[in-house]
Amino acid sequence: MTNLHNDPSKSNAYTRREFVGAGLVMASAAMIAPSFLHRSAFGMPRAVEGASSIPGVPEDHILVVVQLGGGNDGLNTVVPYADDAYHNARRGIRVLEDQVHRLDERGTPVGLHPAMDGIKSLFDEGLCGVVQGVGYPNPNRSHFKSMDIWHTADLSGTGTGWLGRYVDAECCGFGAGESGTPDRPDPEGGATARAIEPPIAIGREAPLALHGGRVSPVGFETPDLFRWTGADVHESLDAPYHELAGRGAAAAGDPHSNAAFLMQTAMDAQVSAETIRSAVDAKPLVDYPRSGLAQQLSMVGNMIRAGMKTRIYYVTLGGFDTHSGQGGQNGRHANLLRQFSQAINAFYRDLKAQGNDGRVLTLSFSEFGRRVSQNASGGTDHGTAAPVFLFGPMVEPGVVSRHPSLTDLDGGDLKYLVDFRTVYAAILEKWLGAKSEGILDGRFRAAPVLRRS
Amino acid sequence: MPGAQSHSQISSADEVGPIPSSLDAIDALNFGPREANHLLLRAGFGGTPRQIETLAEWGPERAVDHLLNLDGITYDPPEPDAFDKNIMRPNTPAEQNEYQRARRQRDEDALARFRAERQNRQRADRRQMGDIQRWWLTRMIETPKPLEEKMTLFWHGLLATSYRTIENSYHMFQQNQLYRTHAVGSYADLLRAIIRDPAMLAYLDNNDSSKRRPNENLARELMELFSLGVGAYTERDIKEGARALTGYTFEDDRFVFKADNHDDGPKSILSLRGKLDGDGFVSAILAQPACARYIAARLYDFFARHITDGSTPIDRDLDRFLDRLAHSLRKSNYEVKPVLRELFLSRHFYHPDVMRQRIKSPAELVVGAVRTLLTPVRDLGVLAQGMELMGQSLFHPPSVKGWDGGRTWINTSTLFVRQNLLNYMLTGALPNGYDAASSRDAYDPTPLIDGLKRDDPNAAANPEAVARSLLGFTVGAEPDAAVTALRHFASEHGSRVNDKTITGMLVLVTAMPEYQLC
Repeated sequence: MTNLHNDPSKSNAYTRREFVGAGLVMASAAMIAPSFLHRSAFGMPRAVEGASSIPGVPEDHILVVVQLGGGNDGLNTVVPYADDAYHNARRGIRVLEDQVHRLDERGTPVGLHPAMDGIKSLFDEGLCGVVQGVGYPNPNRSHFKSMDIWHTADLSGTGTGWLGRYVDAECCGFGAGESGTPDRPDPEGGATARAIEPPIAIGREAPLALHGGRVSPVGFETPDLFRWTGADVHESLDAPYHELAGRGAAAAGDPHSNAAFLMQTAMDAQVSAETIRSAVDAKPLVDYPRSGLAQQLSMVGNMIRAGMKTRIYYVTLGGFDTHSGQGGQNGRHANLLRQFSQAINAFYRDLKAQGNDGRVLTLSFSEFGRRVSQNASGGTDHGTAAPVFLFGPMVEPGVVSRHPSLTDLDGGDLKYLVDFRTVYAAILEKWLGAKSEGILDGRFRAAPVLRRS
Repeated sequence: MPGAQSHSQISSADEVGPIPSSLDAIDALNFGPREANHLLLRAGFGGTPRQIETLAEWGPERAVDHLLNLDGITYDPPEPDAFDKNIMRPNTPAEQNEYQRARRQRDEDALARFRAERQNRQRADRRQMGDIQRWWLTRMIETPKPLEEKMTLFWHGLLATSYRTIENSYHMFQQNQLYRTHAVGSYADLLRAIIRDPAMLAYLDNNDSSKRRPNENLARELMELFSLGVGAYTERDIKEGARALTGYTFEDDRFVFKADNHDDGPKSILSLRGKLDGDGFVSAILAQPACARYIAARLYDFFARHITDGSTPIDRDLDRFLDRLAHSLRKSNYEVKPVLRELFLSRHFYHPDVMRQRIKSPAELVVGAVRTLLTPVRDLGVLAQGMELMGQSLFHPPSVKGWDGGRTWINTSTLFVRQNLLNYMLTGALPNGYDAASSRDAYDPTPLIDGLKRDDPNAAANPEAVARSLLGFTVGAEPDAAVTALRHFASEHGSRVNDKTITGMLVLVTAMPEYQLC
């Protein structure tokens, strides 16, 4: 699969001229172009030779993580509709056989919740893989702890994030962080940093998963917050601010000093803020629903379309902690699943219209599933294993792994069948082209969730 | 040194020699406002022009002793140093019995009540953790003993423990008080106390350790991160050390030693042999020369220059300097105060390679803004949230390694947060989208130019003179580009000097990359 960045022969692709023409490259930045410009060249496809800043790493592969926060009820998402045990345990909130979108008849028959038309249609196109019964040993039922475990890929839930460590591993030694200070000066004068772009999280806080030892993620709720806000106080501050921020590292004298590092980062910040804002301001190629998740994914879609070289994006949808009044075919949980499903569907229609769908793998997970039996409040309490979804044409389509037994339980909870770290291993090895052993601090056999390329 | 040429604007190159490798003290004649400012920035969180002037007049010895003699100054903290210790208390025996019964009889309603009760308590405890965080931030902002809080922060980073893991705010509070008690005291005593600290015992799983299956977590980090550094011990030392620490656990919020769970057999740790317990283990560590050297390097890293991130390579001269600091630490029996005194009085500490070269931690940046620029505090919650976005949430270090600091604080995202939070503190403006509303507390920046007014009333009305004065005070230099930019800004406002234009200038100055250095 040889996917280039946006093909300029397509009318909908961004071109370099469009960016420069939009006036986002400041005069000062053009003189001493920041490393950001050197490395991304604003999304122009590059010839293979010498273009990749990290030899052997497929730079055009992107991972989008969709976190479903609060503990999504896996049993009402991928429903084992033919299992009596399911119906008996969930009299008040069950989904009936004639309501589900049937997926698979082998093993335990399962179907998607009726609100998930959007994902069902992706499934039918072969763009969706459902991995059943994903979890880990000795499950923790605290939201925080279990989320930390998923984020760190460490069963004690401590340490740096798994994707942060991936970026660390790609990023190399000191001085080649986000701002790309080259390890060695390039005789040609260009930036030769082996650094990759930091991950981008849409939201108030950047998730632990993206925090590495060396590189921290960029996080913003809207691009309007990823900028200097001083000029909001008075417009007369804007021009002098840009004079000061755009001086570039040369103003610091010694290129190895912390002052030079800060000046370089300040200039990079200017340019990346402008780039992100201008990317996100564009009208998407398809209509997205108005839900929060859909809006986040439309921003990600726009950033990808603009040719940004960011490889990891992170978005979240919360509210899955349905202890009471969860509903069945309709209701609270159904609404959440509908948001999720419609947003993912719009995202992949957008990516397809861009010609970028082959570059983008999406993983969605939740910190845990919920207990098999409903509780007395028409809801479900914190449980264990749950399905993980993967989207994109590179996924092994269909249902992967068996459905966990509803009768052979561990204290009322499902027993996991697939360790989530084997899914991570597959993504790292087969999609991001990284060695998973060091990043996951152990050997995990990649789960069969991606197509052989 | 590659750093030397960049200081040409600070002091002419010919009067600056290479950075000394000795602990020779600075000559009182060379201790002026610039040096006094540096001392305040590093041993505290910076000071006002007035405080700087005072310390400069006092001279190095008196200034350093004033900062170090914590006992000589009394401080009544704003709120009592007390929090609710019962939120996460263990179940009473009666509750425990009821829980066991509910489990046996599969009494789902009772179990659900237990779960709900536990979740309520956890919510209350997280709220209290927020209170404690704001309490510490207030202390840092207010205290007349800034070094006490700075050293508490140092120990918090060295002997790192995170609330995220232990989920017990009172234990975190107790540990914080422990660090404050030992602020500039004996590191040896602190090390003996830390193996009895409930927060640490929980964080590194020593409460799960048993005679039959010793947990090695605490033993490993005690040597690797808290005292010796990687490579100064063997795997065998870890195994034996873990045995020595068996039985060290806690009940509720008190340390208990469980003799029946302690392995009292003979052990061999580092160069010590015998029936060693936890204190024996610590003694074995303290006897190693690597220990003093490691702690000296960590103190240097925190107060002088970053060495852990590789931005300052340890060359021969620095290596000798660190050896001398380490020697001094051993000579004082691990008392920290005399070592800091030597460091803060050394010529080395005031060399241009050290001054204005360090990237401020989020705590230094935020607390420093109030203490140097005299900004209103406005909303402690916003300040704490800002620090979290910058990567330093107090009581939540990212791992047992603490915060890496240095350049890892900075990326494009955190740089905007730093600039924007300063803008908020100066003007009260928050961009749309934040939870908190903008703040209307008035800011009066005029005390910052009191000295200028006193020396030359005309200069205090001249935007360029004011710009130079503010730049010198905040970033320690007056780069032409900055003077020009500030003058342009003032000219947009009729070149008047008033609280609004001074505030505007400060908004610009604090957005300069150089402002991130101290």
